Amino acid sequence: MIAIIDYGLGNVRAFANIYKRLGIPACIAASAGELRGAEKIILPGVGAFDWAMKRLSESGMKETLEEQVVGQGRRVLGICVGMQMLAKRSDEGIMAGLGWIDAEVRKFDETILTAGMRLPHMGWNDVVPRETGCLFRGLELDARFYFLHSYYFAPNREEDVLAITDYNGPFASGIRAGNVFGVQFHPEKSHQWGIRLLKNFAEL
Amino acid sequence: MRPRIIPCLLVKDGGLVKTIRFGSPKYVGDPINAVRIFNEKEVDELMVLDIDATAQNREPDYVLIRNLAAECRMPLCYGGGVKSAEQIQSIVSLGVEKVAISSAAVEDPSLVSDAARKVGSQSVIVVMDVKGDVSSGYEVRTRNGSRSTGKSPVRFAEELERLGAGEIVVNSIDNDGVMKGYDLSLARSVREAVSMPITVLGGAGSLGDIAGLISALGVVGAAAGSLFVFKGVYRAVLINYPGSKEKEGLYMKVLGK
Repeated sequence: MIAIIDYGLGNVRAFANIYKRLGIPACIAASAGELRGAEKIILPGVGAFDWAMKRLSESGMKETLEEQVVGQGRRVLGICVGMQMLAKRSDEGIMAGLGWIDAEVRKFDETILTAGMRLPHMGWNDVVPRETGCLFRGLELDARFYFLHSYYFAPNREEDVLAITDYNGPFASGIRAGNVFGVQFHPEKSHQWGIRLLKNFAEL
Repeated sequence: MRPRIIPCLLVKDGGLVKTIRFGSPKYVGDPINAVRIFNEKEVDELMVLDIDATAQNREPDYVLIRNLAAECRMPLCYGGGVKSAEQIQSIVSLGVEKVAISSAAVEDPSLVSDAARKVGSQSVIVVMDVKGDVSSGYEVRTRNGSRSTGKSPVRFAEELERLGAGEIVVNSIDNDGVMKGYDLSLARSVREAVSMPITVLGGAGSLGDIAGLISALGVVGAAAGSLFVFKGVYRAVLINYPGSKEKEGLYMKVLGK
């Protein structure tokens, strides 16, 4: 069973609908009790960093999530701000992140603007996996996903980068460190490509 | 990055309508059913604007928003009746990626910065309804176009950028539902004034109009109502959207990629 964490942020029902269509068992977990039996976990997110961290703390699920992921090694997939929460800190806020990946979240450099690019990074962009299989199985060629963000995930260890996207220079659009996965884009809002990625996560 | 081609749906009395110059609403179908069709067509993004909420001074319809968000397999921008940062937080919590404010952003610009602090700039969208044309000059209007503000779209756009808005939707009132092409000079002036993404709405009557917009302005959002809900000169209701090959062909032609 995949648990989709409902801490009041992110489109939990869109994930649940996709897994229902795929015939893959998934549930929405809104309490520590519901999260406890999960084999895999999705941590969705839309919004600002501190707001997301605060909501997760207030949900009463943060400790159980830590126990599941850090203690028991369950696989977790962070989405958008949910990915950014996996880092130690963010330029967007003052609260500490979960710190499961040696990384920080940085604001896109303003020099992007002088290059004629716009901020936020909004819309459909290419995602290039650095290895075949894993989360991006079947998505090695021509995979595109929807992005909506002004801050990006900057891992300190190069080997944690799972996929790259170019926006006036490359940034990590997918990351992995052991059982901890994250994607900056919204697979739940990226049609066939997103559905494939969510299926891949279920099958890991 | 690719341009975004965005159907814009208007909600009135719980049903979808399409207007002409912000008047004469014609019923075109059920919102959830339309979302399902647009899912199948793999649209880039969807915009749903409730045109009753502010006019009737009521809260956004959270049940409808929740159902739309769950059904959408593409990013959703919701607007209509949004007056406070708390409402914006509630709507984001329901699973909506982008929340549009319009009248409230003009009447209380601090709402934009307040909301951007709380939910992040990327989710704060301002729909700027603009009256006028290149010869008469342009003015931002509120309350479904009925109220004059004296604000110039370019100055207002610059102010929105300072306040931290994530995107501006430039909506030409005079071109709404007319299907004779976008107001390119209005769109260009706003695009040049800000460094955030913009989406242009009002006037698209064919894919050629969208190609013309992208050709003139580069990568922007191209939104349309009538084009994606009507077919033919008699405006028969038929939800439609270009297929992926057609879309790629269009980008290849105007952007060379």
